[in-house]
Amino acid sequence: MTATLIALALIFTELSLMAFGGGYAVLPEIQRRVVEVQQWVTPAEFSALFALAQAAPGPNMMIVPLIGWHVAGLPGLLVSSLAKFLPSSLITCLAVSVWERFRDRPWRAAVQAGLLPVTAGLVASSAVVITLASVTSLWLAVLTGVTAALSVFTRAHPVALLALGAVGGLAVSFV
Amino acid sequence: MTSIADTGEQDLAPIPSTRQIFAGFLGIGLMGFGGVLPLARRMLVEDRHWLSPQEFSDLLGLCQFLPGGNVINMSVAVGMKFRGWRGALAGILGLTAVPTAFVIVLGVLYDRYSGDPHVQHVFAGLAAAAAGLLIGMAWKMLKPLLKKPAALLVVVLLFAAIAVFRLPLILVMLVLAPFSVLLSWRSGR
Repeated sequence: MTATLIALALIFTELSLMAFGGGYAVLPEIQRRVVEVQQWVTPAEFSALFALAQAAPGPNMMIVPLIGWHVAGLPGLLVSSLAKFLPSSLITCLAVSVWERFRDRPWRAAVQAGLLPVTAGLVASSAVVITLASVTSLWLAVLTGVTAALSVFTRAHPVALLALGAVGGLAVSFV
Repeated sequence: MTSIADTGEQDLAPIPSTRQIFAGFLGIGLMGFGGVLPLARRMLVEDRHWLSPQEFSDLLGLCQFLPGGNVINMSVAVGMKFRGWRGALAGILGLTAVPTAFVIVLGVLYDRYSGDPHVQHVFAGLAAAAAGLLIGMAWKMLKPLLKKPAALLVVVLLFAAIAVFRLPLILVMLVLAPFSVLLSWRSGR
């Protein structure tokens, strides 16, 4: 139990400091650590947990406390939340204090523009990793394709699309 | 601590208390299904007048620049700006309280019902839809980069390292993030 909590703390502290561009950027690394290295859950279970967390309100990285809860109950949830949110929050606190001094420097724009393709590449990796783990039948591939198309070409709400997926999944179990 | 700067704007509200900061972000965590950033802007700028539009854009720029989720960082930054570390704590706890309770309920339901075949199909469909949403998001982020060869090179290298070879993120970031920043620095001059 203690070993699990320490592992959770180490993984999410490290990822907290690398999450440039927000949570989706570190999703493939979370999956690699949780599924491949620690083998706490299978790839399919990870996708299901990710989808569940997406159905929760609030910020988009609620997969982190959900993983913590799943592998180690309430202590796991607390440790993983603290590890994920505390280090980046401390940096934010420090940065707010010194922000006035570096906001107009030219290197800031270069760093921000340079991190953009990094984030895009990481989100594309997230998409592929989660898709490969989730799409295990032709019908699920159709569901993924339809959701992707609707999210690109319409202004459909993400939670409505998740609900569509849930209903679509349920429908096939009665066929 | 940095307190609120004199912005010269007439219509800003008085400095909020830690309790008000908690309550403000609690409301965002309560409602924010899907995307919380537009909600955060409405609460901070339009409803409560804690920040001017310019201050909001400024803080958002900072929060996007730093590691961590934008809205999480925003809750910390706003709290810090007004009430120091107590305000920061109030902001992030307010934002994450309801979603965390939600996650516990989801976790309990998952552990109890994930063995049921119908429920398994629901989860499979949910995961397929979540994958579709990620594909949509990736496409929207990639589209503006398609005309930029240097940015595209970074995307391809990153994708190969993370999605194909499954290399540790820390190694990949240490190499590719400075490389990408250098490329954008050179092209910006």
